Amino acid sequence: MIELENVAMSYGGGELLSDISLQLAPGSFHFLTGPSGAGKTTFLKLCYAALMPTAGHVRLFDTDVRAMDRDDIALARRRIGVVHQDVQFLDHLPVADNVALPLTVSGRDTLDESVNLRELLSWVGLKARADALPPELSGGERQRAALARAVIMSPDVILADEPTGNIDWEMSQRLLQLLVELNRMGKTIMIATHDLNLIRAAKGQVQARVLRIAGRRLQLAGADL
Amino acid sequence: MKRPDFSQVADFIVGDAQADRMVPPTGITARLTLLSAAAMAFLAVFALALSVATGRMADRWGEELARSSTLRISAPADQIDAQTQAALRVLEQTPGVASARALSDEEQRALLEPWFGPDLPVETLPIPQLIEVIETADGYDAQGLRLRLSAEVPGAVLDDHTRWRRPLVSAASRLRLLGWVSIGLIFGAMAAMITLAANAALAANAQVIAVLRLVGARDSYIAKAFVRRYTLRTLTGAAIGVVTGIGAILLLPSAQTTGGFLTGLGFRGAGWLLPLVIPLLAALVAFLATHLAAARTLRELP
Repeated sequence: MIELENVAMSYGGGELLSDISLQLAPGSFHFLTGPSGAGKTTFLKLCYAALMPTAGHVRLFDTDVRAMDRDDIALARRRIGVVHQDVQFLDHLPVADNVALPLTVSGRDTLDESVNLRELLSWVGLKARADALPPELSGGERQRAALARAVIMSPDVILADEPTGNIDWEMSQRLLQLLVELNRMGKTIMIATHDLNLIRAAKGQVQARVLRIAGRRLQLAGADL
Repeated sequence: MKRPDFSQVADFIVGDAQADRMVPPTGITARLTLLSAAAMAFLAVFALALSVATGRMADRWGEELARSSTLRISAPADQIDAQTQAALRVLEQTPGVASARALSDEEQRALLEPWFGPDLPVETLPIPQLIEVIETADGYDAQGLRLRLSAEVPGAVLDDHTRWRRPLVSAASRLRLLGWVSIGLIFGAMAAMITLAANAALAANAQVIAVLRLVGARDSYIAKAFVRRYTLRTLTGAAIGVVTGIGAILLLPSAQTTGGFLTGLGFRGAGWLLPLVIPLLAALVAFLATHLAAARTLRELP
């Protein structure tokens, strides 16, 4: 689905990541960890073509990102749900419209999907907040709304960048629960986090691999976390 | 040739209500764009009126005056008839002269009437005899005719109008050019103004654009929301400006036969339809300016 081959990424001279190779298999569950500034966000951005690698190849759904034009990238992103730590919404539209945004921009009829939308909102526990504006949401609600928006197109892959960074432990657990459920439905999940407790909590429920960025390289972390 | 697809234009104007909601409404930029477009269109109407009016004047002077000249015969009363006959004979033989005709007393009186009143006894005054000369398309050799006349009709003075016509026609043409240059500048300034407004809107909505890109919106989808908004805004503003401009021209005191130059500012007949092109042109300029601005901004985003 997402394939990185000898990828290197450098910003203005300094190399942040080098010689990274990884294949995300369908249905896999990955954690990405490492110290702050190690390049977790950069790594995820490479995975949804927000950044182009300075060397090597990134393939999204078997197409090299360098061979994709901007429209191809837009289409690929409809198959990749992204959740950021500081998630952004269209602040002038209610939560329901924001969650349905991927449907709207891809030209799907949101009326046809209104049942789906309601189910999804109650699944993430935001049914009562559907008409609220994003700035009125709490941190946890924002993260769950972001997750709902990321999955409404039924994407093949979900990339989450520090999804629990701004929320308390209980809410983190709940969010993790939702991601685990998505994985059981066959979605490929990749979560960047430095929260080791979260990784431990997940280990009991799902077969997760832990990747670690250290010294510009990607390593498979030991099973003894 | 590709036929224009009017259904696409209609779709564009009706718009995608959902796409339109993606960009938050903006109060002050919207009003300023509308106002500037109206002001520019108002000015464009006057520049257009100036071009059209001076163009008309240059054409008229060029046409009417180029084909006619006047021969004036000043001579003692007893010789004037003989000299007139001689002059007409010379003119008949001159190549390039289509016809020559001595003006009658009534016609001369009519010419003098504005200055001396209707009761002037023209017959008693030593008024020169005028001969109207109509040229063929090729014209005649004025210098040669003058030489011949000076030999055969000593009292004749040929006035072929070119001497005072040329600077007037060229002044009128210059004015027309100035009018067109003004129109060009007005549309250039309008394009710059709309580009600035669109850039400001794109910058102010950077978060909206980033979110839309993240959830898989195509560039064309994002651009359309901005382009449509600015095109319609400019179209509306320019329409208001043009209507006001036409109204202002209608209120100008009208010039009749005197054909004064400044008061002749305006349109004639089908010419009144000409300013209606301004809003369409303004909308086209806005469309292209916003389209380029949006494309430039989007290219720089991931």
